[in-house]
Amino acid sequence: MSKAILYDATLCVGCRLCEKACAERNKLPYDDVIASREQLSASKLTTVVTRGDKFMRRLCMNCAEPTCVSVCLVGAFKKNAAGPVVYDQTRCIGCRYCMLACPFQVPAYQWDKQFPIVQKCDMCGDRVAAGRMTACAEACPTGATIFGDRDALIAEARKRISEKPDQYVNHIFGESEVGGTSVLLLSSVPFSQFGYRSDLTNEPVPMLTWRVLEHVPDIATMGGVLLSGVWWITHRRQEVEAAEGGNGTKETKS
Amino acid sequence: MNLAATLRRQLTFWKALFYFIMAGGLAALYVRVVYGLGAATNQTDAFPWGLWKGFNVLAGIALGAGGFTLAATVHIFNVEKYKPVLRPAILTAFLGYLVMIIGLTIDIGQPLRIWHPIFMWNPHSVLFEVCWCVMLYLTVLMLELAPAVCERLGWRASLRVLRTISVPVVLFGVVLSTLHQSSLGTIFLIVPYKLYPLWYTPLLPVFFFVSAACSGFAVVMFASWHSAKAFHRQLPLPLLESMGSVLAVLLTFYLAMRFWDLHQRGMLHLLLVNRTETWLFLLEIGLMLAPAALLFHRRVRNNPTALYVCSAMVILGMVANRLNVSLTGIEAASSTHYFPKWSEWMVTFSLIAGAFALFRLAAKHLPIFPEAQVPSSAILTESSLPPAPQAELAFSRRA
Repeated sequence: MSKAILYDATLCVGCRLCEKACAERNKLPYDDVIASREQLSASKLTTVVTRGDKFMRRLCMNCAEPTCVSVCLVGAFKKNAAGPVVYDQTRCIGCRYCMLACPFQVPAYQWDKQFPIVQKCDMCGDRVAAGRMTACAEACPTGATIFGDRDALIAEARKRISEKPDQYVNHIFGESEVGGTSVLLLSSVPFSQFGYRSDLTNEPVPMLTWRVLEHVPDIATMGGVLLSGVWWITHRRQEVEAAEGGNGTKETKS
Repeated sequence: MNLAATLRRQLTFWKALFYFIMAGGLAALYVRVVYGLGAATNQTDAFPWGLWKGFNVLAGIALGAGGFTLAATVHIFNVEKYKPVLRPAILTAFLGYLVMIIGLTIDIGQPLRIWHPIFMWNPHSVLFEVCWCVMLYLTVLMLELAPAVCERLGWRASLRVLRTISVPVVLFGVVLSTLHQSSLGTIFLIVPYKLYPLWYTPLLPVFFFVSAACSGFAVVMFASWHSAKAFHRQLPLPLLESMGSVLAVLLTFYLAMRFWDLHQRGMLHLLLVNRTETWLFLLEIGLMLAPAALLFHRRVRNNPTALYVCSAMVILGMVANRLNVSLTGIEAASSTHYFPKWSEWMVTFSLIAGAFALFRLAAKHLPIFPEAQVPSSAILTESSLPPAPQAELAFSRRA
């Protein structure tokens, strides 16, 4: 059963306990200075963005068909059946294609390290595998962030929207964006105000390159055959010319 | 005498420039290795790919395209008259790829793991495919270059082996090049939300391939001109003239496709928007359009200087395209500003200068050019002044 996180911004009070719990789980430092930063970074894997009296969390969306998993040439990212997109830092060569490609601009890099790795929320992969909920959901005192089965959470989100249509934007962000994500968002103001793209289609991003890439074997084979044919024709022509022309010489192998 | 004095002064200047660039590159490398990418570059989380990817890798590989275009022309299409420039072309390609790999090793966060893609596979990744093609193609280039080395050393047996396998090797190389030159464009198909629509198109792989082929020819013309100068040889003008006309046709084809694509996607109106991207696009197109128009004239093609300027413009146009696709076209959507740090420039410049030095070294000591036997006096005077005038060619080769 696929798990997910549902974050309902209308219930969020901006206490940032999710940030703190996340830092603890990932063994990252957390203090007031870090708390005041709204950007995701290698030392802050989730963040609460504040716009007036509205809040919105930013974290890895843990896509159903993740771009990072598809672009990583050494396969450092994996999508677990339960939902988390996890990262094996021992494989990573540091090309940073995942960072360029991610439609949510999530993966962050340890720019100050001599041998840096990529950092991102992995939806508490180890905890979820052990049947527990994510650290952020556990820490949330208001129920703004909850954890559960993805289908059940989507049903819950729909219920909330239909019960109080005037309190919500009629959209569950992450239900179908880029093929669906394991993080679902509800908000009372447009998501774009918090830096979420409004132009994402429902097609998984990896399809954009796969559509081309899947033809590589064909192109290679066809190209090889075609070029061999051209080579044969052009050299045969030369042989014929040589044979018809000055045939005083012994047959010369080309 | 007056001339000799001027020449000497010039050589000293280029020599000084070369050492300055190399020293700067070493300093930058020190910062990179000891303090990390954050200290050595202006790359950020919002802008993870900088000059080292855009220029060293993307433009570097495209500049090496001369190797496969000429190998295909001479060996597969059997156009014998292009043979004199085949080895120089393969040498430029080999150096381009070599320098690209050095540049990439400096750029990635974990250089000691650069071998990982050999054992850790992800066939869904464009980079994985590019990586394998490049590794294999570098092997091909070494095999294509090996005859020159064997001839020099008088290794007859090895030469015979190389000759027997040469046709399949060349075929393999052309297929590999076609794949990865285009795949470098495919890399950017994954960023539809970031890349400005003047550049983002499903045809990116095709455009990358065709423009690489154009710059491949241009680099060979450029290198021929420079080495003729440096080694006091006569420029093979009839050959370059013929390459010029091929280049004109290729460029026209490329430009027509670019505009047809803009039209198809309904993006032509963007050319009227006053934004940085528009001007950069026009610059890139202009650098391709001008030589395309000029090279259709026989008078231009028979003028060495004009040929040289045209080939330089094509090279710069290709470089502008790669930088636009990988850097400037992505900047606006990343809501950040990126300008390379001094250390990024220095590493790039040293790679270019290094490639030039190596080209000169190889051209001098290996049978690269057909009648490359330089008058002994010239060898003496020039080799006693280390890698000087190639700094002058320097900015062509790799960049």
